[in-house]
Amino acid sequence: MNAQDALVEYLLRLGDNALILGHRLSEWCGHSPALEEDLALSNVALDLIGQTQLWLNLAGEVEGRGRDADKLAYLRDARDFRNVLLVEQPNGDFAATMARQFYFDAWHYLLLHGLTGSTDPRIAEIAAKGLKEVTYHLERSQEWVLRLGDGTEESHRRMQSAVDDLWMYTGELFEGDEVDQVMVRDGIGPDPATLHEPWLGLVRATIEEATLTLPQPGWAQKGGKRGIHSEHLGYILADLQFLQRAYPNATW
Amino acid sequence: MIDSLTRPDPDQIRDWLGDVPDPEVPAVSVMDLGIVRDVQWQDSELVVAITPTYSGCPATSVIAFEIEAALRARGIDRLRIERRLSPPWTTDWITQEGRRRLEAYGIAPPAESAGGPSPFDRFLRKPLTIACPRCRSENTDRVSEFGSTPCKAQYRCRDCLEPFDYFKCI
Repeated sequence: MNAQDALVEYLLRLGDNALILGHRLSEWCGHSPALEEDLALSNVALDLIGQTQLWLNLAGEVEGRGRDADKLAYLRDARDFRNVLLVEQPNGDFAATMARQFYFDAWHYLLLHGLTGSTDPRIAEIAAKGLKEVTYHLERSQEWVLRLGDGTEESHRRMQSAVDDLWMYTGELFEGDEVDQVMVRDGIGPDPATLHEPWLGLVRATIEEATLTLPQPGWAQKGGKRGIHSEHLGYILADLQFLQRAYPNATW
Repeated sequence: MIDSLTRPDPDQIRDWLGDVPDPEVPAVSVMDLGIVRDVQWQDSELVVAITPTYSGCPATSVIAFEIEAALRARGIDRLRIERRLSPPWTTDWITQEGRRRLEAYGIAPPAESAGGPSPFDRFLRKPLTIACPRCRSENTDRVSEFGSTPCKAQYRCRDCLEPFDYFKCI
């Protein structure tokens, strides 16, 4: 794989993770358990969609085929999306949403932190911008894992189920492939495997403080980075892309 | 048509931009918030560099539009607004005047300097004491980490019972 193709692929992964999770969070808009949470989830979604634009515009620019963030978001099919499986998982209850967010935020923080030292200045500056936002996201999702885990009997039970059920989607975050090898070789991005230890340290400490039990290592679901997705992604795209598919080039 | 003899100098232009309000927090100007990073003439074209507060802040394009409109009204017909991401915007760039105006408007200004401990050192973080912008009481509670815009959080005062926005520190 040549360096340019690998870089486009890598940028699509960064952008698609932010896009799909941002879309998932926006589904809570108007449905959250409290008005304050409705605002908060929508704001996190907004940060992620903002980051999506930066990553996907850069992906399109590097690709050089005239595609911008909108074309990439609205006009690719599921097999061309490169997000990890974790972010496309359904919202479930509030505990599932916050557990998914915590797993993702802790990893996202470490990844962006690594990318601030990228040899590609365009990547380093987007990462530095995003890191400030993601720091705040992580503080918030960590607080929710603690509050629900160490809360009532019911909130504890729901948060334990959530951290257990989503655990199998976390292995994919740390697995490198040939794209990652090119990024490490060129000093563009960190080796995903090196993020695992600090991630697990934070997750373990938080889960223990929340009086929850850390899930056991087990089978890891993977494939999203290569375009092999769970059935959920197609439904997300049906919602996300409907307008552009039904009314091509519609603007407002 | 502006030539090099009659064109206003960048300090004058910054002064004018001090009258352009932020679209979401109109009590402060785009200069107060530290969004305008650079103003310079490149030959006969004026280039104004602005930085977004948050990646997804919907106000960024409105701000660019309003800066352009304000400068055109001053007779500057050749100008370009350039978006600059690096270094990323920080609340440390809000001016003293901006902080004063935020508070007078009912929004508590950022309480500390940006760049606190990482979330990986959670136990080093201390809860912030935010004073109520209305009655100055420090007996306040955070209601939500986010408020009506990405840059704010929601608090309430336990003494005067007033809910208020807090401008988050990033």
